Amino acid sequence: MTPSVGTKGLIFNEPLLWEKGVSGRRGFSMPTRDVEEAPLDESIRGDGPQFPDLSEVDVVRHYTHLSQWNFGVDSGMYPLGSCTMKYNPKTNERQASLPGFTGAHPLLPDSLSQGALQLLHELERYLAAVTGLPAVTVQPAAGSHGELTGMLVFYAYHKSLGKPRSKVLIPDTAHGTNPASAALCGFKSVPVKSNEKGVLDPTTISELMDEDTAGIMVTNPNTLGLFEENIMEVAEIVHKKGGLVYADGANMNAVMGMVNMADSGVDVLHLNLHKTFSTPHGGGGPGAGPVCVTTALEKFLPVPRVVKKGDETFALSWDHPDSIGKLHAFHGNFGILVRAYSYIRSMGADNLKKASQLAVLNANYIKENLKATYHLPYDRPCMHECVFSDKNQSPYKITTLDIAKRLMEYGFHPPTIYFPLVVSGAIMIEPTETECKNDLDAFIKAMKAIDQEARDNPELLTEAPRMTKVRRLDETLAARKPKLAG
Amino acid sequence: MKEISELTFPDDLRYAEDHEWAKQDGDTIKIGISDYAQDQLGDIVFVELPAVGDTFDKGGEFGTVESVKAVSELYLPMGGEIVGINEALEDTPEFVNNAPYTDGWMIELKPGNPDEYNALMDRPAYLDMLKGQES
Amino acid sequence: MRYLPHTDEEITEMLQAVGVTSLDGLYESCPQGCCTITDMDLPEPLTEWELNNHMGELAASMGASPEYKVFLGAGSYDHFIPSAAQYLLSRSEFVTAYTPYQPEISQGTLQAIYEYQTLVTWLTGMDVANASMYDGASGLAEALLMSIRVTRRKKVAISTAIHPHYRQAVKTYFNPTGYEVVEIPYLDNGRTDISRIGNLDELAGVAVQSPNFFGCVEDLEAINGKVHSDPKSLMVVAFSEPMAYGLLKNPGSLGADIVCGEGQSFGIPRSFGGPGLGMFAAKRKYVRNMPGRLIGQTLDKDGQRGFVLTLATREQHIRREKATSNICSNQGLCATAAAMYMATIGGTGLRELARLNYDKSEYLKGKLTKAGFSLPFNSPTFNEFVVQFPDGFENTYQKLLEKKIVAGLALEGYYPELKGCYLLCTTETSTREDLDILVKEVTS
Repeated sequence: MTPSVGTKGLIFNEPLLWEKGVSGRRGFSMPTRDVEEAPLDESIRGDGPQFPDLSEVDVVRHYTHLSQWNFGVDSGMYPLGSCTMKYNPKTNERQASLPGFTGAHPLLPDSLSQGALQLLHELERYLAAVTGLPAVTVQPAAGSHGELTGMLVFYAYHKSLGKPRSKVLIPDTAHGTNPASAALCGFKSVPVKSNEKGVLDPTTISELMDEDTAGIMVTNPNTLGLFEENIMEVAEIVHKKGGLVYADGANMNAVMGMVNMADSGVDVLHLNLHKTFSTPHGGGGPGAGPVCVTTALEKFLPVPRVVKKGDETFALSWDHPDSIGKLHAFHGNFGILVRAYSYIRSMGADNLKKASQLAVLNANYIKENLKATYHLPYDRPCMHECVFSDKNQSPYKITTLDIAKRLMEYGFHPPTIYFPLVVSGAIMIEPTETECKNDLDAFIKAMKAIDQEARDNPELLTEAPRMTKVRRLDETLAARKPKLAG
Repeated sequence: MKEISELTFPDDLRYAEDHEWAKQDGDTIKIGISDYAQDQLGDIVFVELPAVGDTFDKGGEFGTVESVKAVSELYLPMGGEIVGINEALEDTPEFVNNAPYTDGWMIELKPGNPDEYNALMDRPAYLDMLKGQES
Repeated sequence: MRYLPHTDEEITEMLQAVGVTSLDGLYESCPQGCCTITDMDLPEPLTEWELNNHMGELAASMGASPEYKVFLGAGSYDHFIPSAAQYLLSRSEFVTAYTPYQPEISQGTLQAIYEYQTLVTWLTGMDVANASMYDGASGLAEALLMSIRVTRRKKVAISTAIHPHYRQAVKTYFNPTGYEVVEIPYLDNGRTDISRIGNLDELAGVAVQSPNFFGCVEDLEAINGKVHSDPKSLMVVAFSEPMAYGLLKNPGSLGADIVCGEGQSFGIPRSFGGPGLGMFAAKRKYVRNMPGRLIGQTLDKDGQRGFVLTLATREQHIRREKATSNICSNQGLCATAAAMYMATIGGTGLRELARLNYDKSEYLKGKLTKAGFSLPFNSPTFNEFVVQFPDGFENTYQKLLEKKIVAGLALEGYYPELKGCYLLCTTETSTREDLDILVKEVTS
């Protein structure tokens, strides 16, 4: 058998917190009481929650065990398409933990917030430099929060012209957050079919674009990993009818330093700092979704804005009457912004460009090496990700799901599966630039071995995984009889 | 998923393009989804039904049926007023998988235009449609 | 560069395998018009050591605790974070993992968040909690959108005693929807004036915050009676300081339908306002209308207990434009941090700590009253309260900044009728001496 990256090992069971507490145990160093107990109105006094009582050792063992059940980027290759699971630099963690940042209240007077305000201001400048769109807000707390911001800008823009519009064009390859964000702003999503080349066709856009359409939401490169080669024409058609172009920048990792998004016709774009800019995914966030816009749309950005005054100090500015308002209690996920800032300061322009080029090289390398084994619906040069399907394996009654579950046992996190929806049984692979050639070769070897197993010994796939802490889980039971709390 | 030959389609029902079935029962029509539909959807986890008294036109969306990974809208094969809903589906949505034509019935309708029933497909016509879809 | 492992030889080899002669050649499908001509205008890269210096300088300029005595709350609170919790949160299997879409290799995240969901239901007295929203502000906006979905009514009412930034976020979210937001004024005692709620039969939801922005504990029992006199209207209770529920009756026991708030106090540093943690919980019957991720318990093929994302058909990746929200990434690691904090503090510890917080602020209130200052709102408070300072206090405030004391938040900018009023906050992190010094300084 092909030597695998994944191997066996002993891990530990761990009960739920309330299954192991013993009343009276203490895990916390209670601060000294130096004031007397004050009278308390009995009508508002409650009993407090019956959390379990645990010792510090209990808690440390608990979470140490739990962590050992997880696969992270630090464990191995994590080729989730459109997620950009690149390496999370540890120096970023150090910078975000500096007490000057962690101990800072968001409503301190400007005079006591200069370091943070400078960081916010400079980060905005850097993101403008990467995208070509000069006006930036870093307030949105995630990509879809950024999408909502963008849709609110669309709404505000058309309202300011006295002509509110009701529709937004959305490609069939779009991430689900796109139509969801449009719907939050009252827009009706008009689906746009990609052509046989897997990209948007100007003719289709022409037919659909009208003066009741606020604009289009594109992802470029798209979720098939292909550059939207007609983007400039598409943007022109939309602009001609008075619409705006929104770009979902989730796939920005493919094009830093190579493509100027503003020049491609984009008016509003969001970035995912937890994708392109190396901030960690945290098991589901926190991320950050800054939004970059053209000068014409700057007045709509959320408040407060960060401004640099004549005396070179920084201040928060609230006087923006056309602003869409506020989406977050304070300035967004500041701790994440610190990490992204540190990444950009560590990389510089040349390395960011190289990162994109190597991300694209890695994806094409995998594509070339696997296309003889797995069905490739769009056999052309890809960007930073490539999409396969399970078509070649289905004669053996093997599905994309089976392939993914077997791949875990080889020591790799599976790619994104069953997305984009336009490819049946999609397998979307995005290696990112931080995977070295050895690891790519090991991944390719594993995928080929799995294909062979599909033919020779399919039970290895259908029964997978067997080496993990749990085997395949009954999701039907979880949905029919939801047990959401202990 | 099963082959068409492995699925059941009773003779005494009518079928709609969106895979609902309809059965005349005196003045009212009982409606559910066909064996083909439930097989395509996989394990059903939740069925969202309208309220008794709601009215819809033919083709109106009267509810949704959910599997773990997908949601499908349900469309009325004929217009009318909802006079009954199968409350058992709240706790036992799997009736739709196991007994789509009996325990898995979804709504009872008082039709606005009873002639719309005859316009629906009979078993042979529905089978033809399914075979046409597969090719 | 240490994050780019490719050697020149490897690049050459790989380019050959791909059939392209240079890295630039990989971009043939990009139209000329949008290809970059000039390099991105970014500063030269810093070494790790230069970065440390630069960031150290930025951080050193901040008026941060504990070097500064910062008596500010207003949605962001200073609490001790145990070293054990900080250390555990840094484990990279938690930090560098993604959303647990492949549950077999994500049971760590899944069990941790399931535990978090459970602890939040116990804290708030509700049936079900989600895996997090972004923060208290966006959480409130989503709670009110949820009340619209559930009731199919078109209007919501929010108390003006809710955090001004939370109210602003609600208006931002509601602006394009066509749904109406009306505000409920507050009384002289600092609580919401529920007699001014208006026609309940038009309202999808009524939202208050407790403790509110002024630190006052709302009369949730009375609000429950009023709001639920209409069979459909939902009672939404927000919060910004969850520590309060270690001492006070929780909103679930007082009739809340949805509870949403800021969980930053539980194990998450203030960090200039983010990342925060939107805690979100509701009654069981509304679960299918809830936004956000939900983790449920189930069994695996061998009958072993395991955890999995569930009820995903509510969410954007399946339901798309009909989803309950557009949320995808949430605040997963912050929820994990909060769970670690709640686990470390424990039930007994939390009750003791909440009591200590209460007593510290009562002590400060007592000393300020003795020193001759008036407290405009006489409702019970938790951790923060409003004090009226005399004319010209702005000068004292500025002088105190130089002494590294931040004497609260001026309220005039948020509430013009509260000129000269300041919102002061103290937690277990202030010593009696700190409080005595503050009183002495503002009196002089």
